[in-house]
Amino acid sequence: MNAPATERFVVPIGPQHPALKEPGHFEFTVEGETVVDATVRLGYAHRGIEKGAEGRNWTQTLYLIERICGICSHIHSTAYAVGVEQLAEVEVPARAQAIREIICELERVHSHLLWLGVAAHDAGFDTLFMYTWRDRETVMDILETMSGNRVHYSANVLGGVKFDLTDESAVAILKGVEFLEERTHHYRKVVSEDAFFLQRTRGVGTMTHAEALALGVVGPTARASGVARDVRLDAPYVAYADFPARIQLLTAGDLEARFLARLDELLDSFRLIRVLVAGLPAGELTAKRMPRKLKPGEVISRVEAPRGELFYYIRSTGGEQPDRVKVRTPTLCNMGSVITQTIGHNLADVPMILVGIDPCFSCNDRAVTVRRAGDDNGRAWAWADLRRYGIDYYRRIRN
Amino acid sequence: MDTITTQSPPRWRTMLDRLRNWSLANSPWLVHYNSGSCNGCDIEILATLTPRYDLERLGVKLQGSPRHADVLVCTGPVTRQSADRLRRIYDQMPEPKFVVAVGACSISGGAFRGCYNILGGVDEVIPVDVYVPGCAPRPEAIIHGVAVLLKKLQPDRAEEIDRLLVEAGAVVGEEEGIDEPNAELLGAR
Ligand code: SF4
Repeated sequence: MNAPATERFVVPIGPQHPALKEPGHFEFTVEGETVVDATVRLGYAHRGIEKGAEGRNWTQTLYLIERICGICSHIHSTAYAVGVEQLAEVEVPARAQAIREIICELERVHSHLLWLGVAAHDAGFDTLFMYTWRDRETVMDILETMSGNRVHYSANVLGGVKFDLTDESAVAILKGVEFLEERTHHYRKVVSEDAFFLQRTRGVGTMTHAEALALGVVGPTARASGVARDVRLDAPYVAYADFPARIQLLTAGDLEARFLARLDELLDSFRLIRVLVAGLPAGELTAKRMPRKLKPGEVISRVEAPRGELFYYIRSTGGEQPDRVKVRTPTLCNMGSVITQTIGHNLADVPMILVGIDPCFSCNDRAVTVRRAGDDNGRAWAWADLRRYGIDYYRRIRN
Repeated sequence: MDTITTQSPPRWRTMLDRLRNWSLANSPWLVHYNSGSCNGCDIEILATLTPRYDLERLGVKLQGSPRHADVLVCTGPVTRQSADRLRRIYDQMPEPKFVVAVGACSISGGAFRGCYNILGGVDEVIPVDVYVPGCAPRPEAIIHGVAVLLKKLQPDRAEEIDRLLVEAGAVVGEEEGIDEPNAELLGAR
């Protein structure tokens, strides 16, 4: 009763939590309603994919990589395939590249719509959630018509794509895009005009341009703060050089701007999909020959996932299997901004700020920061320490 | 208590059990835990709750706390990090409780089987009643999985549940064959 305003509580959230569909654990220290400190503990969905890739051959790894994330599976496999093809010095036909780009953009559409729904749900606006998810089924249908699957489309093979764009699916795409474009204009209006919704988003979680640069955020989160960063333009991959995207920049940097940035991206994706379908180059679907063994070498592959820059480092020692696959995903880059932004906000705003970066924990749980309690926070561990720790840890949990 | 077990259960108790079973089968509450999935299965579970599939009209409700739940819907392989949490969530649920494992991963570890942080499927940690295969299973498959569970609970209502599902359009009747997913739906809205 009437606790003094200075009393501090720690509110733990997760890993099982109604607002988050994914396992992540947060601890927010609150003073009254205000958050004064925040920590995040990740790793519940860490599966060991990078290591797993080393035990599979180049083709098997493609399918493993695709399952890093069910929301942006195509972009992961594209990043990997582009890198491997570069290592193998294989030329991928233009038509295959363009089909890859179509799927990339369709995936962005499905991902952003999904996010809009989940974000609306976290704001307590379930009507919007239901509407966006209903509309999202349109793009799911398109993807299913093209690939036969709703989630992991497996569009890529090393050296090309698995399926062609048939006339039938082209018609379905254009029809679906037209419907979705109209809906997106409507959502843009709702998000920028609905007075109740604006109370949850306008001026909340503001990140200035300088902060965004300092925190190194990526993707729509960065572009909403005026950071002109988009791999599709900075370092075009697949067919983005021939069919360029347009960058969507906003300067406000608050949650509202993040909503608008993503909705603007949706509209640009629709434009781009139309251009692609109309101007699809003719040609083969796969390269003539894809070697099973790759020359020794290393490569970096960067792509723009729906959530921001996705980075792959792939190394070959000349065998049938990758020697190392390193993945850095956008959510990990953006996670730091959540921790800094929540401080000073009400606890009730925390889910919205979190969802504002469009977090994806299954992507996220790639890397683990190890901190020793009582030690200097963030002290770097040498390989031997880490190994020792790992052995002790597993020995302990086995007993 | 000891004396009761030697006799047949009192009438009020069988009545109460029947009532509980009836309400559970008519309105199962679900809680969802992702023990390390790729999200693919999770978004399909969410999709079953949204207007196209709308599981809620069958009385199924997804809610937040394990303490209110009858059915635990699991997705993903069990990572070593989350095994303990999964166990805890299961323990927090009141009896009677049931588990539906959704997706290839939660059945066996799926594509991730053999990775160092993977224990395996959900049944390594908790007992599972219904398995829904697929990567990711379609929403129809998830609905079917829940229906299988409901039929298991009330075998004498099996036919009624089947009919309800077909009527609600949640599954396609056998004679109609496989659903054509996109044809007129794109235009219909
Ligand atoms: S079964 Fe497939 S879609 Fe489901 S969690 Fe596993 S990899 Fe993802």
